[in-house]
Amino acid sequence: MYDVLIVGCGIIGAATAYELSRYNLSVAVCERFNDVANGVTKANSAILHAGFDCPVGSLEARLNVEGVRMAKELCEKLDVERRDLPTFVIAFDEREMGELRMLYDRGIANSVPGVRIVDREEALALEPGLNPELIAALYAPSSAIVNPWEYAIALAETAVRNGVTLHLNSRVTAIEKQEDGHFAVSTTTGEYTARYVINAGGAFSADVYKMVGGNDLEQTNFCGQYYVLDKSQGGIVNSVVFPCPDEHGFKGVLVAPTVHGNLIVGPDSFVVENGDCVATVSPMLEQLQAHGHRSVPGINFREVIHEYAGVRPNTQVPDFIIGESPICPGFINLAGIKSPGLSAAPAIAKECMQILRQCGLEPAEKDTFIDTRRRMKFRELNLRQKEEAIAQNPLYGRVVCRCETVTEGEIVEAIHRPIIPRSIDAIKRRTGAGMGRCQGGFCGPRVHEILARELGVSPRDIPMDEDGTYILTSPIKEVPADEAGV
Amino acid sequence: MRLEYDVVVVGGGPAGLAAACSAKEAGAGRVLVLERDKEAGGILNQCIHNGFGLHYFKEELTGPEYAHRFIKQAAQLGVELLLDSMVLAIEDKVVYAVNITQGIMEIHGGAIVLAMGCRERTRGAIAIPGDRSAGILTAGMAQRYINMEGWMVGKRVVVLGSGDIGLIMARRMTLEGAKVLACVELCPYSNGLARNIVQCLDDYNIPLYLSHTITNIVGKERVEQVVISKVDENRKPVPGSEMAFDCDTVLLSVGLIPENELTRAAGIPLDARTNGAVVYENMETEVDGIFGCGNVVHVHDLVDFVTLESRRAGAAAARYAMGAAEGGGQALTLRNGSGVTYTVPQKIRVDTDQKAVTVFFRVNDTYRNMTVVVRDSDRNLCSFKRERLAPGEMEKITIPQKLLQQAAGDCLTVELIQEVRV
Repeated sequence: MYDVLIVGCGIIGAATAYELSRYNLSVAVCERFNDVANGVTKANSAILHAGFDCPVGSLEARLNVEGVRMAKELCEKLDVERRDLPTFVIAFDEREMGELRMLYDRGIANSVPGVRIVDREEALALEPGLNPELIAALYAPSSAIVNPWEYAIALAETAVRNGVTLHLNSRVTAIEKQEDGHFAVSTTTGEYTARYVINAGGAFSADVYKMVGGNDLEQTNFCGQYYVLDKSQGGIVNSVVFPCPDEHGFKGVLVAPTVHGNLIVGPDSFVVENGDCVATVSPMLEQLQAHGHRSVPGINFREVIHEYAGVRPNTQVPDFIIGESPICPGFINLAGIKSPGLSAAPAIAKECMQILRQCGLEPAEKDTFIDTRRRMKFRELNLRQKEEAIAQNPLYGRVVCRCETVTEGEIVEAIHRPIIPRSIDAIKRRTGAGMGRCQGGFCGPRVHEILARELGVSPRDIPMDEDGTYILTSPIKEVPADEAGV
Repeated sequence: MRLEYDVVVVGGGPAGLAAACSAKEAGAGRVLVLERDKEAGGILNQCIHNGFGLHYFKEELTGPEYAHRFIKQAAQLGVELLLDSMVLAIEDKVVYAVNITQGIMEIHGGAIVLAMGCRERTRGAIAIPGDRSAGILTAGMAQRYINMEGWMVGKRVVVLGSGDIGLIMARRMTLEGAKVLACVELCPYSNGLARNIVQCLDDYNIPLYLSHTITNIVGKERVEQVVISKVDENRKPVPGSEMAFDCDTVLLSVGLIPENELTRAAGIPLDARTNGAVVYENMETEVDGIFGCGNVVHVHDLVDFVTLESRRAGAAAARYAMGAAEGGGQALTLRNGSGVTYTVPQKIRVDTDQKAVTVFFRVNDTYRNMTVVVRDSDRNLCSFKRERLAPGEMEKITIPQKLLQQAAGDCLTVELIQEVRV
């Protein structure tokens, strides 16, 4: 029996688990994939938004501004890549000027620090990469970029270090409120019971809510695609650049550096069947280029190294849905956490703890709470520090991923952390190996070999990403002819 | 750790090994090869098929055999080899490298030879649409898994691109019992060597779809289906021309990109057409004393020509390290005329001590019965007849040095003209 069971270990589930792990509570997280941060959290804009575009008075507005403020210290403590980077929203004509003024007013009402409208000259002086044809821009200095999956991994790892139980490969299939008032949660790895259930189901939070009879939520499943460009383009702007929202309120295609030094351009928006539909679609993808060039004309799209798509976990409700379910006491929704969910995550987690208190949970804080985390990032060390690191552990002297300069030492260390990565992509998310311009072409087989060795399994049992994404089919000389259809 | 060498070679594949050997033969004292892999030989080690060495050794070798000849020669000549060692940066003529036994090394070279090779273009670089399924690999990665690690990577395969590694892997997968359903090429011509089309596709009845591309990949976990479409003259998919293949694997052979991140960071000028450094006839880059050779300069089809080019680079690096610099003097810039996409070298010093200068180039389409003309601002200096030219086959011409000295102006243009039949 757990005090609290969290459904989903994306950024919201992870932040909540981290927050709850401060207290003397037994907490479990059930995650359907073989790793955390594998849904919406790994495919988004990776931005901690300033908060000027949230509707005034909304949960989004309050939790965004608060979450971004909290993220600064949190990312420092838990060693998550995060970089302060101002936001520009640029206007080219009078209609767009109207949008800018509306955003500015919202920014002021939402208490966004330092937000103001700058004229063309100041905008171009602050960000020379912008399209010089703009007439003015909204400037918001309080935004940042972050490594979104590392953020979730760090929070989840710290939660596990502090006693939270993480059940991976545990897709929740049914939630039943028993007569004793406790929940029986059925998953693909077994049944768990809990006094409280928290729905952090991301793009499937409406489905999770349906399991307790909540029939009034519908996911809207808008997919968005992005280009990732080589580091040669990463310095083309030093800010997050948005166009003005269009007539439908769509935030538009942004251009932003990533914390890894690349550049991203996206997203577009189109309806897909469900939250797992993250295929890229060709003609639409190409249209991102014109949008990107309109904001930042200097982007060289020949330097594209990767594309990805993510599904926005929106519902028909225009705000976050946070609170105890009116129809199912003890069931707490953190549902429909769309943008700015990544920005708001730590504030949402605090809010969730507050709700649990209101539900009658009065836990004491733990005497010892581990609240620091450090990783080796070989490429960021200077020569002397590199020398020292290798003296300590010679495996830091073997570079496995040549594009991102990731060493075997870092990969081995990542494998032996509290949440064990079991796939090539899980290593990529933790170390950056395979994220560079060759996209794992060279280091893939070597990461594969190291993973199999360290986990003591056959290379055949190492998937690319989630279960079922196998890479190897058989040892050579052993393909059965009937299976090949020869 | 500070080390000093006369010539430091970055990369221990065929280019680096040949350059190091020839540097030694040209009289360089201490020559070091830095190799990131645990063995020297580079990509040749995974190329277990034959067909190597026909030009250089006049016999047919496998990739590992070809590499072994140079590994042996390097050892005999006293070339020092540092394996499992990665170069982190090159600043001026200092190479910073790292390995697990020596840690950080600061290696001072009298001359440097860049021989880092190339990498494969990926799914992301050409934005192939569809699901993010497992089972989509570059051909070279599949080659490594199969030939080096002993694992098959699929049962039913579609190959995108007709680059040589893709063709070789279509045959290799077939020999391992897989079914290769199609080789799909965007261009209206193959990008591989003619002999590979015959020996790897035709001999195994693998259909080659020219002017086609992949327009969708389906498969939530592993690849389940690939949809290909015909493309029009602008290489855009033609709606309604879709064909679906049930398969579990997609191999990509869609181009190779010279690995010039170190070169770029060292401030060495690159040629946008080759994606490699701009080089002189002796393979020296525009930075004195830094040379380049092999696929890091331009992508070759045949290792034999890598060897020839790299021997030139190694010898010149040795001469430079020994103080016999070849800089200065007038240099001619080679221009790409009609039909020519690039030349290597891009610059030729008129007072070169080479009796004749070899120029490699590629063409932009398939041609028959053409004349390759080299002209200065006034006239044709020399011409070469070619019955057949194709983008997938690198061409080579040799310009006598005495003609270079007669050249007017500071440019030479290499171009194709239709042969006039009398």
